[in-house]
Amino acid sequence: MMLISAAMTLVVGHELQSAEPKEEKQRLRKEKKQHKKNKKDDRGPPEKEKEKEKASVPAPSKPATQSPAHKAAPVPVNASASESPVAAEKPAKSKAELRAERRARQDSERASKQGKKEGGQQSTSSKPKATPNELQPVVKRLPDHVQVDDPVALKKLAKKLERQQKSGQGCSLNITGVKVPLRSDYGYKVSLFSHLHQYSRKNPPTQQISIPVTVIHPSIVRLGLQYSQGIIAGSNARSVALLHAFKQVIQDYSTPPNEELSRDLVNKLSPYISFLSQCRPLSASMGNAIKYIKKEISNIPSQCKEEEAKRILQECIDSYINEKIILASEAISKYAIEKISDGDVILVYGCSSLVNHILCEAFEKQRKFRVIVVDSRPRLEGREALRRLVKKGIRCTYVLISALSYILPEVSKVFLGAHALLANGYVMSRVGTSQIALVAKAYNVPVLVCCETYKFCERVQTDSFVSNELDDPDDLIVTRNGKTHLENWQTVKSLGLLNLVYDVTPPDFVDLVITDLGMIPCTSVPVVLRVKNVDQ
Amino acid sequence: VDENQSFRFSQWEEDPDVASAVAAIRSLLEFLKRDQSETILGLRENMTKAIQRLEETDSSVAVSSGGELFLRFISLTSLEHPDLSQCKNVMIERGELFLKKISLSRGKVGKLCHTFIKDGAKILTHSSSRVVLKVLENAAADNKRFTVYVTESQPDSAGKLMAQKLHNLNIPVTVVLDAAVGYIMEKVDLVIVGAEGVVESGGVINKIGTYQMAVCSKAHNKPFYVVAESFKFVRLYPLNQQDVPDRFKYKADILKTVKDLNQEHPMIDYTPPSLITLLFTDLGVLTPSAVSDELIKLYL
Repeated sequence: MMLISAAMTLVVGHELQSAEPKEEKQRLRKEKKQHKKNKKDDRGPPEKEKEKEKASVPAPSKPATQSPAHKAAPVPVNASASESPVAAEKPAKSKAELRAERRARQDSERASKQGKKEGGQQSTSSKPKATPNELQPVVKRLPDHVQVDDPVALKKLAKKLERQQKSGQGCSLNITGVKVPLRSDYGYKVSLFSHLHQYSRKNPPTQQISIPVTVIHPSIVRLGLQYSQGIIAGSNARSVALLHAFKQVIQDYSTPPNEELSRDLVNKLSPYISFLSQCRPLSASMGNAIKYIKKEISNIPSQCKEEEAKRILQECIDSYINEKIILASEAISKYAIEKISDGDVILVYGCSSLVNHILCEAFEKQRKFRVIVVDSRPRLEGREALRRLVKKGIRCTYVLISALSYILPEVSKVFLGAHALLANGYVMSRVGTSQIALVAKAYNVPVLVCCETYKFCERVQTDSFVSNELDDPDDLIVTRNGKTHLENWQTVKSLGLLNLVYDVTPPDFVDLVITDLGMIPCTSVPVVLRVKNVDQ
Repeated sequence: VDENQSFRFSQWEEDPDVASAVAAIRSLLEFLKRDQSETILGLRENMTKAIQRLEETDSSVAVSSGGELFLRFISLTSLEHPDLSQCKNVMIERGELFLKKISLSRGKVGKLCHTFIKDGAKILTHSSSRVVLKVLENAAADNKRFTVYVTESQPDSAGKLMAQKLHNLNIPVTVVLDAAVGYIMEKVDLVIVGAEGVVESGGVINKIGTYQMAVCSKAHNKPFYVVAESFKFVRLYPLNQQDVPDRFKYKADILKTVKDLNQEHPMIDYTPPSLITLLFTDLGVLTPSAVSDELIKLYL
């Protein structure tokens, strides 16, 4: 019964193919709704009968269970155990139709993917589908950067980057071969983390870009290089650099004719953001900053003149940096200094700009304390923190993280920075932080995390595997006494080098979080997020 | 005015049924009525000074938290009236409302908590708390049979007072030494204590010996309940025992006279939230992590 009705709509659709794209879109939307309703009705049978209209996309990865695509006549698809969508191909489609069809296809793929979404690995669609999930598509899609081992997702990403190049171009230009490059992975990846990207610093993303680059603004190219080579590191520094680069972009932007600034500028920013995430995965703070900018841009009233709009945006960015980063760190140091008493021995890990600022302020306010700086390979960021603190005149001790349990009985407090605070109260920070928190808990030493509210993100994570960053594995190679043992690690097939960047600390190990809103326990992060959403 | 007011305050405090915070708020309300300042800012300054004066008489956490909450409660409305006396009237009205609300809070807590006491339960409590007394009173009125162990709670032997009050309610009660908490813990089913202050982390500040009791009950896996009214919520965040400010730890007169505080015995200690099972307040039954949520709502 359903098959007939479905086939009917397809036939009708085929006839209307030459109709206006708008009607086509509406019709597609109606079909989608019908699909969703049908799916709700038949939950039991494992076989699904769907039909889609698909663009003429080659799908070599899909197994041969697909029925051959016919050029003209619509074919009702009988999905076998696999749910791979196939449908008729239609010649000469307009761009809008393509987009609408792609949307419809993505919807169905998303619904089908939910069954396999739990496992980290995604095999090709030849795997028999599990019982169709009862949930309707409410689950968000996995971001691209944690689906590196899925060829389908990679292909989609490549297409998306290509598409962005096209849309960023504008129809008048005609430049070939210029696109947002897709960086390739380097080296053998440890299997637990094979779903993440692993790039090498020796292959910068700009190698594949030809000059002149018209799609990507030069300050963004520079920023991307600075990220990928590690010249700019630390979440505050990265966010501030990003915002300054965007200021430059806005300054040089000019609205093309027949376009509105509020819509066009946002579209212009998308390829930049894709490029930056190819250079180095975006941090939570950068994500929030980008969301803010996009919101501000789309809020520009349409009758606003271009110069005026640009000025407004520049001011918005300046005030964001000032409020969320600079003033926030002042507020945090004010609260934190209350917690530093005379005679304290404070332990810090790595180089957090916020913690360094707090300690320098406390020292200026004549508090008597000494600092133990804990450091770890391969980044050895603690040396930078040490340099800054000693310059101020603070008494410091320097140890490596392997000496942690040796030094902890002396410590009275631990101050940690954070890369992001997740919605379930977990703290995401530089790898090694959770270790420090764990050992400090065992010694009953209070652990204080300092974090501005703009780093709070809605994500939920309970372990460090599902979403992380893999740094260049060659960083782990070290030369001692003239010998470099790991030089030819790639030749040893069973050897993998793992250079993790972040880890998550559970809230039971953290005693106090100091934010610009005050001192809160780690479990109150969702309260702050809720309050912030109400404000906005 | 100051002298009169602190005298009245100590009078109200002596009333055994009234919580010290309630007495403080009552005297602050009186002070507000008598205040002669010309501007709102001046009024606020005078109120802050009055609170400080009260703290000098009685240095407990409850007075400080009650005072601050009172101040926030009355100035919560945007006082748009141009006329100062009108503003004052609004503030006094709200003050009366606040006072009435918190006088009822002890009853609310009692009603919430007594259902957690089962028939035949053995309860351990610490020192003398009026809220715990109310809870036990409600449970007894509900025809439940239970026995109570009370610690002596030196240095002021407040536990003996509590035992007397419970005896008057015909509840079987035994007084135990402070040192016998570990010994008695295996016999009891649950521990209920009051609080002088509830801090932002969800921990509580209470008479010295509470922390010990909490650690023991955790080791024995017995539930540790805290009963407190909402005006005891305070914006402190101690990390450990040393982090509690000195002005709360010792009695007011000792703070004034003694030079070296290290020789004095503190009167209160801090119990971290990890040892507390549930908190019963007039805002409802809360887990320690929900206290921060409520505090944010109260104070922001």
